[in-house]
Amino acid sequence: MRLWPADSGRTILLGVVLLVLVVISFGLGRYSLSPVTVVRILAHEVAGIGAGVQGQDRAVVMNIRLPRILAALLVGAALSSSGAAYQTMFRNPLVSPEVLGVAAGAGFGASVSILIGLPTAALQTMSFGCGLLAAVLAVTIARVVGRGSLIILVLGGVIIGAMFNALISSAQYLANPETTLPEITFWLFGNLGRASMHSLILPSMIIGVCLIVLYAVRWPLTVLATGDDEARSLGVNRTRIWAVTITASTLMTATAVSIAGIIGWVGLVVPHLARFAVGPSFNRMLPMTTMLGAAYLLVVDDVARTATTLDLPLGILTALIGAPFFVALLAKAGRQWL
Amino acid sequence: MALTSETTPEAAAGTPPEAARGARAKAGGPAIPRVQLDDLTFTYPRGGHRLTGVTLTVEESEVCCLLGPNGAGKTTLLKCLLGLLRPRRGTVQISGHDVVALSARELARLVAYVPQSASTPFPFTALDIAVMGRTPHLGALASPSPADRRGALEQLDRLGVARLADRSFAQLSGGERQLVLLARALVQQAPVLILDEPTAALDYGNEVRILQVVTELAQDDHSVIMTSHQPSHALTYSDRAVLMKDGQVVANGHPDEVVTGESLSSLYGVPVHVTGVDLPTLDGSREVRTCVPIPARLAPGQNG
Repeated sequence: MRLWPADSGRTILLGVVLLVLVVISFGLGRYSLSPVTVVRILAHEVAGIGAGVQGQDRAVVMNIRLPRILAALLVGAALSSSGAAYQTMFRNPLVSPEVLGVAAGAGFGASVSILIGLPTAALQTMSFGCGLLAAVLAVTIARVVGRGSLIILVLGGVIIGAMFNALISSAQYLANPETTLPEITFWLFGNLGRASMHSLILPSMIIGVCLIVLYAVRWPLTVLATGDDEARSLGVNRTRIWAVTITASTLMTATAVSIAGIIGWVGLVVPHLARFAVGPSFNRMLPMTTMLGAAYLLVVDDVARTATTLDLPLGILTALIGAPFFVALLAKAGRQWL
Repeated sequence: MALTSETTPEAAAGTPPEAARGARAKAGGPAIPRVQLDDLTFTYPRGGHRLTGVTLTVEESEVCCLLGPNGAGKTTLLKCLLGLLRPRRGTVQISGHDVVALSARELARLVAYVPQSASTPFPFTALDIAVMGRTPHLGALASPSPADRRGALEQLDRLGVARLADRSFAQLSGGERQLVLLARALVQQAPVLILDEPTAALDYGNEVRILQVVTELAQDDHSVIMTSHQPSHALTYSDRAVLMKDGQVVANGHPDEVVTGESLSSLYGVPVHVTGVDLPTLDGSREVRTCVPIPARLAPGQNG
């Protein structure tokens, strides 16, 4: 009988693994660095310990790899935790962070920004804003047509997602095939190379606050996974938890897409891994899924930037890895869902 | 299932739950009924009346069984009790508190709900499900502690299903699930238990076991309100039978007086005969009433 769930040990272990992965990731790349150098530079720059290292090593670590690694951690954590929250709330293991059309909306915002030649900061804002707009439209459909039904909310998300995908196609159709079209396409494939320290300040704050908010509702959200009427009879204010969950998850997804473009499969697959490790209770899943998502995207991005001389699009890699992985997962746990 | 041996009335009475505290606390004051429905009327937005002028009182330690054909308003009545539906007119009071005025959390401390069945696509264990009963007692930002899980395990044990604690809830049999849901309701420590057709999906043995547990809980100061499609449940296990038809209470009282051949025949529109059976007991025998449908080939005359 497990009265003390063994997750705290696993969570700490995963934290250590994540830290090691981060140090290794700093060393990977065309300009290779030893873990010792990386630790010396980070210890000095972050904590002020030791003499540090100057010159090119420091520039590579602090200016090139730090923003990219930070972006991978943030985006991975945001997508997988919002995916886990949506899956729990919708009581549907096949739901992903794109469920409300947020990714399509954010993609549209970015496409239009590229089309009219906006600078990076404005592109991020547009993308974030259109992602939120998509979610608001989906929720409005559910409220007006479905009177708060979860199924109608999912359908609303499908409709809004399809609409924004059509608008993305329109933007691509209108784009200049020599200049803006490749740029839009590349953006939509997902890439972390655009991240700079400056551009990550606000996103990291948004994602941090949203993670805390999800942590605050971790238990009522777990109870909601057993049914609406039951949750209500157990004292859960369903409407409030829905509102909080949708808001936090949507903000995180829109932020992640605005940093990195459209990266599918992370928010669908990683929550299942976490559920596999610590069970379906969201209170136990959340720390696990956040760290697993961060570690997963970090590793995939390491592959993306080191496997070939090109910077491979991240969205393609996550799908190529995620699809067979998901089949394996279905084979193992699928009978329970369907 | 070694249920009966582990949950005899004596054993259950030996461990009074905190649920009884409400009853004890108000023992000195004027008697406030545990559950009081007064002129309850409910209308669905697009439909006609589903409940009309329902007045009903259920005391502590009482099992109240709602009978009636499909669409009579039994489930609607339960939903009003659970605060899931807002009455259009009239009041629902639990221990003197108006249900409409209570928050979900406050209401959950007074009324626990055992649904017909629970379905979730996620592999929650039986203990995960049972510990959810602690929800209305947890702090706003808290999640259950090991002590909460221990408490949930005790309630599973009380119903004889502690061995299922680590099993996946979805893979349990219907009877086992019902017991786990009942354990969750006990963890909730609410004085009123609401059961919506608790035996609908169970085989005969589990049906008898669940109803036995329910009557034992009532002796433990719970007030139980349940719906059933089996009039014999009301006759054998309840202290009060309420017959409903078209959203109205057509009879309300002691089962032996209310559940008769005529009343059942008119309630369900089929001929039914109610008769007494002598059950051997420790001190001689006791008459228990039960009902039998009258097959058409045996019916006297055309309309039974």
